[in-house]
Amino acid sequence: MFRLERVKYRDILDIHALTIPKDKVTCVVGESGSGKTTLLRLFNKMISCTEGEIYYNNNAISAIDSIELRREIVMLPQTPTIFTGTIRDNLLIGLKFSEKPSINDERLTEILKMVSLKKSLEENAENLSGGEKQRLALGRVILMGPTVLLLDEPSSSLDEDTERIIIEQLVHCTRQNGKSLIMATHSKKIAQNYSDTIIEMKNGKVVDTRRIVDG
Amino acid sequence: MDKVIDLQIWQLAAAYIFVGILLFIVRLRGIPREKEIIISSIRMTLQLILTGYILIYLFDNSNPFLTILAVGIMEIFAVHNIFKRVKVKLSNKLKIIIALSMVAGTTLSLLFFIFVVINLSPWYDPRYFIPIGGMLIGNSMTGISLGVSRLVEGMTDQKHLIESALMLGATSKMASKGIVDSAFDSAILPTINSMVGMGIVFLPGMMTGQILSGTSPVTAIEYQIAVMLGIVGSVALTVMLFVQFGYKTFFNEQHQLNI
Ligand SMILES: Nc1ncnc2c1ncn2[C@@H]1O[C@H](COP(=O)(O)OP(=O)(O)OP(=O)(O)O)[C@@H](O)[C@H]1O
Ligand SMILES: [Mg+2]
Repeated sequence: MFRLERVKYRDILDIHALTIPKDKVTCVVGESGSGKTTLLRLFNKMISCTEGEIYYNNNAISAIDSIELRREIVMLPQTPTIFTGTIRDNLLIGLKFSEKPSINDERLTEILKMVSLKKSLEENAENLSGGEKQRLALGRVILMGPTVLLLDEPSSSLDEDTERIIIEQLVHCTRQNGKSLIMATHSKKIAQNYSDTIIEMKNGKVVDTRRIVDG
Repeated sequence: MDKVIDLQIWQLAAAYIFVGILLFIVRLRGIPREKEIIISSIRMTLQLILTGYILIYLFDNSNPFLTILAVGIMEIFAVHNIFKRVKVKLSNKLKIIIALSMVAGTTLSLLFFIFVVINLSPWYDPRYFIPIGGMLIGNSMTGISLGVSRLVEGMTDQKHLIESALMLGATSKMASKGIVDSAFDSAILPTINSMVGMGIVFLPGMMTGQILSGTSPVTAIEYQIAVMLGIVGSVALTVMLFVQFGYKTFFNEQHQLNI
């Protein structure tokens, strides 16, 4: 799905060749500062590589309209963003920005359940805890049903149980709907248990690509 | 005109006692501002005397080119003043947008005012053209200065929010709407507020001048109302132009934030 050819981003990232398969779960691991976030940002064109080219379904990414691309490849940033307003407003804002039709409260409540957020839709989103904000932001991007979901450490402020439940559902959902999921994570466990491919990064380079065989 | 009390030199000199009082207080309290006070009093005096002579010359030699030149110089000073006054760092692109919005917005409003509202003849009569131009330019300058600060600060402080919106598929216009609106709002608010206080809290300079020089208060008020509305229009137009084009300088053609 993604193919990188001699990609460089300033002096931060240097990837000679990398392929990310379609309809799979891919985890990007590596120590802090190794370039995980930078890599994800390249995929939805929040930044453009300074050298080389990235292909998305065999089309050069530089030639694809950024807005259209980002409506298909949605990214959840590392620090969750909360917009002023209620939980409902925060869930719906993704659909609004991407000019997709709005949806009813029933579906919104389902999403809240999926990210284990036991709150009412009317509640002011600014009062949520760090972990709750993270789950709300996650719910927002799941709701948009993108073809490719880029998650930058989606569970960094969650406890182990909540993390496991949410990621499990998310992965299940992705596989069921034939979508792709690319996730940067610190958790070796998550990477090992849920991904089809693990990409390991170090100092802006890919040092290992492992395919996990179903078992 | 014979009602006007022409000030004698010694009377004018007496008015400088006010500065003396200020200097006295400042010295008493040990505030190190004496130099600035003296320099600004002298500058004010010299600048006004100079302007007085220039205006006498312009009024005696009523000529469209000189009039336009005078307004053009005011325009340049105003733009320069905005660059100096705004504390944040400005990109070259943004500076160009500031200058263009100032010139386009104030010129359009001034022409509308001269040709439609007061239907001046000849249109370049410096007695009207120059002071009215000055008021539109001065107020638009204040408005844009506020708008610029708010826009640049908003873009840098809320970078994270804008990026998140972009990641959700927003266009750069959608992503910066909140910041653009608040910049516009804070830029025109002082002008709107000054309409509320008009005539009650203070008599605006132009009206005071006209009344002092013997114009009937009714005429002075008519002019003041027209000028105030002209100022509102000019400020709104310049600031609108500025924010509409200004926010775009923060993005590249790939809808990426370039700060
Ligand atoms: N805009 C930028 N300007 C300069 N340096 C940057 C910029 N963005 C990232 N970097 C640098 O690039 C390197 C990789 O950053 P990146 O955010 O991709 O790391 P990461 O793997 O996501 O780390 P973490 O696990 O801490 O989130 C870091 O050293 C960072 O300081
Ligand atoms: Mg990161």
